[in-house]
Amino acid sequence: MTTATKDQVQERVISALVEFGEEPENVTPDSRFEDLDIDSLDLVELAQVIEDEYKIEVTDADMDKIATVQDVVDFVAERQS
Amino acid sequence: MTRRVAITGIGAVTPLGVGAEALHERWAAGESGIDDGLGRCSDFEPTDHLTRRQVRRTDRFTHLALTAAAEAISQADLDEAPYDRTEIGSVMGTGIGGLSTIESEHITLREKGQRAVSPHCVPQMMANSAAGALAIEHDLKGQCFGTVSACAAGAHAVGTAARLVEHGDAIACVAGGSEAAITELAMAAFAEMGATSPTGISRPFDKRRDGFVMGEGAGVMVLEDAETAELRGAEILGYLDGYGATADAHHMTAPEPSGDGAARAIRKALADAGVEPGQLAYVNAHGTSTPLNDRSETEALKAALGEQAAKLPTSSTKSAIGHLLGAAGAVEAVATLQALRAKTAPPTLNYEEPDEGLDLDYVTDGARPLDVNGHPAIGISNSFGFGGHNAVLCMEAAT
Repeated sequence: MTTATKDQVQERVISALVEFGEEPENVTPDSRFEDLDIDSLDLVELAQVIEDEYKIEVTDADMDKIATVQDVVDFVAERQS
Repeated sequence: MTRRVAITGIGAVTPLGVGAEALHERWAAGESGIDDGLGRCSDFEPTDHLTRRQVRRTDRFTHLALTAAAEAISQADLDEAPYDRTEIGSVMGTGIGGLSTIESEHITLREKGQRAVSPHCVPQMMANSAAGALAIEHDLKGQCFGTVSACAAGAHAVGTAARLVEHGDAIACVAGGSEAAITELAMAAFAEMGATSPTGISRPFDKRRDGFVMGEGAGVMVLEDAETAELRGAEILGYLDGYGATADAHHMTAPEPSGDGAARAIRKALADAGVEPGQLAYVNAHGTSTPLNDRSETEALKAALGEQAAKLPTSSTKSAIGHLLGAAGAVEAVATLQALRAKTAPPTLNYEEPDEGLDLDYVTDGARPLDVNGHPAIGISNSFGFGGHNAVLCMEAAT
């Protein structure tokens, strides 16, 4: 499996948030989930998307440290390296 | 009764269209929303009425409830009412809840394992989620719960909400029912128990009736203390004057043949309203088109109303939209109020062949004006559910 680039991961995370109901124009790499209308259940779903897409395990403790789109991108990059 | 309960808003999403007006106008015109043996809300596109996020986070039965409630609340102008929000309740009935969610997530679980099950599954499938979603959307902070009594759930919700208002537990209450159970499992299960019509025709009280046609939809009413509703200048559409509920304690799915449980509920609703059978102008029957219900309901009406039963126009909404299960009682309460307000009994569709002993006036030749002779138009709506639940609402149109 080829490793996803940071741009690809960012694109995937943003598309997931839009799929969750967020308006595309509201979502940037620096968007904080708490400022978006993304609740704790959406974050569980985001973790499922990451696990499924990049075949990495995401624990609750991992998600606790993630607050922005960029945090997710960095997390995936770190786990894939 | 301590406080009189006014109805200040109504809303519906049914197989006849989105909106309460479509329900009354099209049914009264003799149109049917049943297509290919099912009463689907084909005109209802959730994203036309709800945000993408609402659509994604809730099951279809909640989509229907939110849309019907928005109509009722807008008509009542309840969002702007000068009420303490902690005094406004939300009571919503359903037969099953988020059944399509349960079925699809179960498939996901079996095919992909636990980690693939949606974290939104529980809030989508639980039977109380429509009541909760309404409270969140409209900031209703009083009592909030679901009623679960199969095909009587919508009527139990409206009746219970009326009690909350009468008793002073709520100054207003959003109440109704919703159902979206046209799913593979439900269709198979109802068919296997012999409840649904193999011919796909809803013809209540007709000799050839062979079961109900499954439908989906939602009906919602805004109930409030009549005095405060008047003070705030709300338009009063009518009054919820009586509610009676009983159990057959007989069989889980078959009605008690004499209709005794249903007759007791009718008598209780009339006594609660202080209404004599002779004052009634219209009966909205449960009228499922099943062999058993339509016979026992006829017996119940005769037992409870005496000679008056044969004189009363009695029609079944299910002939036009099918059986909306937990939404039926609420949608039919909306339809009853509309019939009383328009002084028009909409017809029982598809009736051609009389059955022995089923000899009431089922309004089989098109809509008919109600004979109210200058008096207020008063009627009842019957709802009976698997489990032996009977709930009857008595309403009066505002003059």
